[in-house]
Amino acid sequence: MSGNPILRITAKLLLPAILLFALYVQFHGDFGPGGGFQAGVIFASAFILHALLVGVPAARKVAPAWLVQAALALGVLLYAGVGFAGLLLGGNYLDYNVLAHDPVHGQHLGIILIEFGVGTTVATAMITIFFTFADAEGAPDPAAEDEP
Amino acid sequence: MIQAHLPALQVVVPLFAAPLCLLLPWPRAAWLLATVVSWLAAGIALALLWTVRAEGPISYALGSWPPPIGIEYRVDLLNAFILVIVAGIGAVVMPFAKASVERELPPERIVLFYVMYLLCLTGLLGITITGDAFNLFVFLEISSLSSYVLISLGRDRRALTAAFRYLIMGTIGATFYVIGIGLLYMLTGTLNIADLAARLPPLLTLPAVQAALAFLLVGISLKLALFPLHLWLPNAYAYAPTVVTVFLAATATKVSVYVLIRILYTLFGGLDLPELPLRPALMGLGMLAMIAASLVAIFETNVKRMLAYSSLAQIGYMVLGLGLGTAAGLAAGIVHIFNHALTKATLFMAVGCASQRQVIGLRDLAGLGRRMPLVAAAILVGALSLVGVPVTVGFVTKWALIQAALAVDLWPVALVVLASGLLALIYGWRLVEAAYFQPLPDEPAAVAPPLAMQAPLLLLTVACLLFGLAAGWTLGLAEDAAAALVGPAP
Repeated sequence: MSGNPILRITAKLLLPAILLFALYVQFHGDFGPGGGFQAGVIFASAFILHALLVGVPAARKVAPAWLVQAALALGVLLYAGVGFAGLLLGGNYLDYNVLAHDPVHGQHLGIILIEFGVGTTVATAMITIFFTFADAEGAPDPAAEDEP
Repeated sequence: MIQAHLPALQVVVPLFAAPLCLLLPWPRAAWLLATVVSWLAAGIALALLWTVRAEGPISYALGSWPPPIGIEYRVDLLNAFILVIVAGIGAVVMPFAKASVERELPPERIVLFYVMYLLCLTGLLGITITGDAFNLFVFLEISSLSSYVLISLGRDRRALTAAFRYLIMGTIGATFYVIGIGLLYMLTGTLNIADLAARLPPLLTLPAVQAALAFLLVGISLKLALFPLHLWLPNAYAYAPTVVTVFLAATATKVSVYVLIRILYTLFGGLDLPELPLRPALMGLGMLAMIAASLVAIFETNVKRMLAYSSLAQIGYMVLGLGLGTAAGLAAGIVHIFNHALTKATLFMAVGCASQRQVIGLRDLAGLGRRMPLVAAAILVGALSLVGVPVTVGFVTKWALIQAALAVDLWPVALVVLASGLLALIYGWRLVEAAYFQPLPDEPAAVAPPLAMQAPLLLLTVACLLFGLAAGWTLGLAEDAAAALVGPAP
């Protein structure tokens, strides 16, 4: 697909816009429609478009497997960690009120951190799923398989 | 301070450990983390049971949002008991897991195995502890998705088709559950189980509520593999890695039985619903499972599949117990969750110790009594427990179940229980006969399992006998839990 200049240039123009829009959806999620799930999927779609453009091996260099896997875990850890922070600061699990000096700020901080965790994990999960299916190298040779 | 947060920690500690495990590069560290977390979870579960026994039900508001609005974790005697079973089995299985997983899984997948195990544990504990119907669905999905992955890790390629079949059936089950919950939410505007239970009684004659109950029952019956909906289970248990089979056979379907009890007795307040013949339906299906699955087990030559069919029959006992609708019947069903978890974990673990093959036939057990005396003894105790011989845990259940059936003058039911025990004698005997009376095979025998695999097996075998002798503790607990749901026994 990279041989076609129209597709290549259009995709190049779109990529930063997609990433920026994903970040907007992510961090505007506490004021308007949006949040981690949607933002994560949008963010990952930029990587998928990039992979369609340059091929899977080249796209793998932008998102190496170890980094994606680490981010996948860190997103969940951030979510669960915010819950533990609430616990340590004297509230119940996932109580945001105690995270800052007054409850409103606490709720704000809590939801932003939680949604960032969700966004990270959703984006990396989408990227992982795409690469797992697209990466022909990792798949076994269909001709070599024998059914028991 | 920590005491008050135990309900949250019960679920969150394994949940936090799962991604942490993924970041660890060494299989040994992942195993250590999973083991420590499993033991911690078992400790928390015991502490919760202790607290509930002393002080009554615990309610925990997640995020400090008060219950009907926020998600509530609610621990009463029933789910504290189930928590102890699930976390306890996890704690016993983990020391066994290290050697077993190294035998059966490729090295690069070992860390992923522990991640999935921790997620599965999280899901099962979450289903059990939550007091919120939708939260229950979320945990149901966490545990199901991770168990599909765990099953697909089996060496045999048939594990993949077994996992895929389970995925299809499990997803249908979970979807039915969520449709049922959706209908109830539409009618009542609440998802909290206690709140739903308070609002449902005047609505019970509405067709929508009855449809909701039907969806919930069929959905959960798929998950617990009640007889006509069981087709995913035998292959899933037969081709999964040994540890996975031990863990899932002892916990996954049991947690689904708990959900069924919760739906019928807490949500709908018992079996006496207008226009719905729940008692005959549940008892009929339970007895059908007891007879039909036992018959299949008799003719099965793959030992793991035989045990899987026997599990289906044992699930029949539980459903029969809770279908009786009396406190005594329910108590028999609840105590059988515990007893069968012990029995089946012992048997699957013993079979896994006996041979390293994925497909274990009866011939692989030949001469076991001389090659591996402990493993053979465990098979003997497990088989006796399935039959319901006194001194084993299986007897406790049979006794309680027959007494409960006779108390409401259902002697045919008691006869079916006895008949099913006789069928169990036939397939149990085939195992014991292979282990003790078949000559040693000529081919080189399987390597004896390391101590780390034998010690948990010994522990489970002793527990099978111990809780068979000292049945008062478990039976008393089950009776108290049942009385809290139905009202005290007459």
